Amino acid sequence: MSFEAAYSGLGRLDRLSYRDTVVHRLDPRAKVVATMLFAVAVVSFPRYEVLSLLPLFLFPVLIAALGDIPAGFIAKKVVAVSPFAVFIGMFNPLFDSAAVAIAPGVSVSAGWISFASILVKFALTISAALLLIATTSFPGICRGLRRLGLPALFVSQLLFLYRYLFVLIEEAMRVVRARDMRSFGNRGAGMRVFVRIVGTLFLRTVERAERIYGAMLARGFRGEIPSMRRETLRPSDAVFMLAAGGFFVLCRLVPVPQTIGRLLGGLAG
Amino acid sequence: MHMADALLSPAVGGTFWAGTIGAIGYASKKLKEHLDDRKIPLMGVLGAFIFASQMINFTIPGTGSSGHLGGGMILAILLGPHAAFLVMASVLTVQALFFADGGLLALGCNIWNLGIYPCFVAWPLIYKPLAGDGRNPRRILAASMASGIAGLQMGAFSVVLQTLLSGKTALPFGTFLLMMQPIHLAIGVIEGFVTAGVIHYVRAARPEILDSSASSVPLAAGISLRNVLIGFLALAIVTGGALSWFASARPDGLEWSIAKVTGKGELPEQQHGVPAALKGLQERTAFLPDYGFKSPSGEPKAKKGEAPAWPAVDAATSVSGLIGGVLVLVVAFGIGWAIRAFRRRSIP
Amino acid sequence: MSHHLLEFKDVRFRYPDGTEALKGITFLITHGESVGIVGANGAGKSTLLLHMNGHLLPTSGAVTVGEVPLLKETRPEIRRKVGVVFQNPDDQLFMPTVFDDVAFGPLNLGLPPDRVRERVHEALRQVGALALSDKPPHHLSGGEKSAVAIATVIAMEPDILVMDEPAASLDPKSRRSVIGLLNSFHHSKIVASHDLDLILDVCARCLVIRDGAIVADGRAAEILSDATLLAENNLELPLTLQGRPAREGPRR
Repeated sequence: MSFEAAYSGLGRLDRLSYRDTVVHRLDPRAKVVATMLFAVAVVSFPRYEVLSLLPLFLFPVLIAALGDIPAGFIAKKVVAVSPFAVFIGMFNPLFDSAAVAIAPGVSVSAGWISFASILVKFALTISAALLLIATTSFPGICRGLRRLGLPALFVSQLLFLYRYLFVLIEEAMRVVRARDMRSFGNRGAGMRVFVRIVGTLFLRTVERAERIYGAMLARGFRGEIPSMRRETLRPSDAVFMLAAGGFFVLCRLVPVPQTIGRLLGGLAG
Repeated sequence: MHMADALLSPAVGGTFWAGTIGAIGYASKKLKEHLDDRKIPLMGVLGAFIFASQMINFTIPGTGSSGHLGGGMILAILLGPHAAFLVMASVLTVQALFFADGGLLALGCNIWNLGIYPCFVAWPLIYKPLAGDGRNPRRILAASMASGIAGLQMGAFSVVLQTLLSGKTALPFGTFLLMMQPIHLAIGVIEGFVTAGVIHYVRAARPEILDSSASSVPLAAGISLRNVLIGFLALAIVTGGALSWFASARPDGLEWSIAKVTGKGELPEQQHGVPAALKGLQERTAFLPDYGFKSPSGEPKAKKGEAPAWPAVDAATSVSGLIGGVLVLVVAFGIGWAIRAFRRRSIP
Repeated sequence: MSHHLLEFKDVRFRYPDGTEALKGITFLITHGESVGIVGANGAGKSTLLLHMNGHLLPTSGAVTVGEVPLLKETRPEIRRKVGVVFQNPDDQLFMPTVFDDVAFGPLNLGLPPDRVRERVHEALRQVGALALSDKPPHHLSGGEKSAVAIATVIAMEPDILVMDEPAASLDPKSRRSVIGLLNSFHHSKIVASHDLDLILDVCARCLVIRDGAIVADGRAAEILSDATLLAENNLELPLTLQGRPAREGPRR
């Protein structure tokens, strides 16, 4: 992914995270916990499960719809980051070649089924992670993590990282653009130039950190970053977590598609 | 070389998350004891710097392919291991969320693979002894290369282990290793060069940054390796047992990978010890059925080196299942589409 | 006894690398004054400003704010009286939201939450940025960042407001609103800038610094119309005083 493309994707997700919808208004802790439970539920399915996973798509679909997040955007990002999982997964058909009949007269090697399972699990978990950040501002997630017990020091510097992320990326982009404009073909993009770019950026970063520290001192900083918010969980948050958790457990315990299929078959014949 | 949720099992993911959270807590505590206030904004902004630097690519001489910066080593040299670990953890967290790098469960593994090994193993055990007082450029280069390569090899090996223990891949251990390690050897060499280059650049421009950095916090104060390993093992057993309530009825992955490595069709039955206890626990708690393609007992055992013969599935059930699956997808996405359409209409 | 006093007595400062940046600075600023500080690049403007809130301590000489002498231990107290707005707003807006940034100072002063909320509200209202309260700083435009940076300092209700290049890199409209803002404040003001028109619009008094020493100290209107003095300091007459005749086309 090119620098610019990565940056604009980042910017878009970031801006989406500050919108105001019913999903955005949920407490960050509830969303983080629900998304983690979702991931655990998804990966708890055995390697050859595909069908029973499908109902779980309802979770990301609902979050995206109620949170007003463009589905195409999420889908594109899921595809864009799939290479590693696809690369590892695609060996399954090669190494796992026992034949399985999945329908009358149709047989497929078991490896394809486990590969499909990997792909479905990938789509589910990645879209859920993206939707978490799309519906919860990063500082909100950090506050939630702090309330969930992560150390204050870690969370403080997470927040600083996020604050200066775009500033640093823009600085880096400027330097890279200058490099690209002055190099012909590939000659400029070598390691020596890269080291110099990184070195310069690093020194500028250290100097910036010193100026920031100076500004903090000027406003009375004495070692602890003060905070004022006291967010309490609301009934809607609890309802959300219970409903989501219950749904995941249900999908894990009951093979929904097969059950539906059997019911339909019962109705038909 | 990031792990992905889809390749993980709850037990492996949970264990590494537990380890990572523990490490974050430990590093935070240790750092707080000796903290220079200036480090708080510095760590955050350096994290942003690493993140931005990772987005810049460069061509690797001789190959024409592009490379990226890892950063764990540079951070450890400049900030010391505890701060560097926290910064790496933050960078990976931001990547997991904004770039969807692998997923949230895999984040625990990724922080472990890309943070623990460079900061707490490669830096103290390899870089520091080799680099000496940090003024000799040749020693710096050697130290950067050795620690960079070692850190990445350990990280890559971790990925292999985590994937195989999770059991979602059919890749044999040997093949997987052969795919991962050599590539990461090359990456490690490059990383070593870049790290040394940046350190050299910084030393030339502002040496006081390097001199005042690093060793202000004693690394292994009060921790013995044995205790760490015992703690980790205990964690693994507890998480494995607890999470296998939610997992499949048989530890497919473990059996498979072991079978492939040992060449035996099946694990020899173990009557004693931890594996037997785990298996017993699995069997007793296996009220979670496996709706995949079952191999009922009494079926012919697998031939050596092959997957077990799957029985032909009852045609009617499988077709109805497929139809049910399609229906479920249609309903799920239909609900989403309907909600979106409804919202659009109600917005003027 | 007026507490809005800033006094420099023969202040000298030498950087660790040996550069002598301030060579005996002496001046006195009283309650309600608005003072501009101008000079060539490298003359010592920024170094001077950094002494005003104790970011730097003089190598010799004395800085006094109100009745408090500037010492290492008195820095926190000095910083309550002297609010400095640095050049780059990005360096001063380091919290997740505008509200958090403006609240940072009052919270560090030990104020209780509702008083903090009042201060934040008032400060943002004064700079016209109330609507931005929940936004993260990186979503703000340059002018908005400058305004919020000023708010973060005035929320602490300092006695003296010190500003380094307040309108640099702002578009004309934002620049105009910063000027209006500064004129609406009742604090004593010290503004260092190359923007001589801004100094003319905001400050009644002007100090000229060259090579670490004060070479002129008087009414801004007089100093800033002294073309020779300005030229000696790599400066020009403020544009508003230059009276340019209309030209027909580009110069040949």
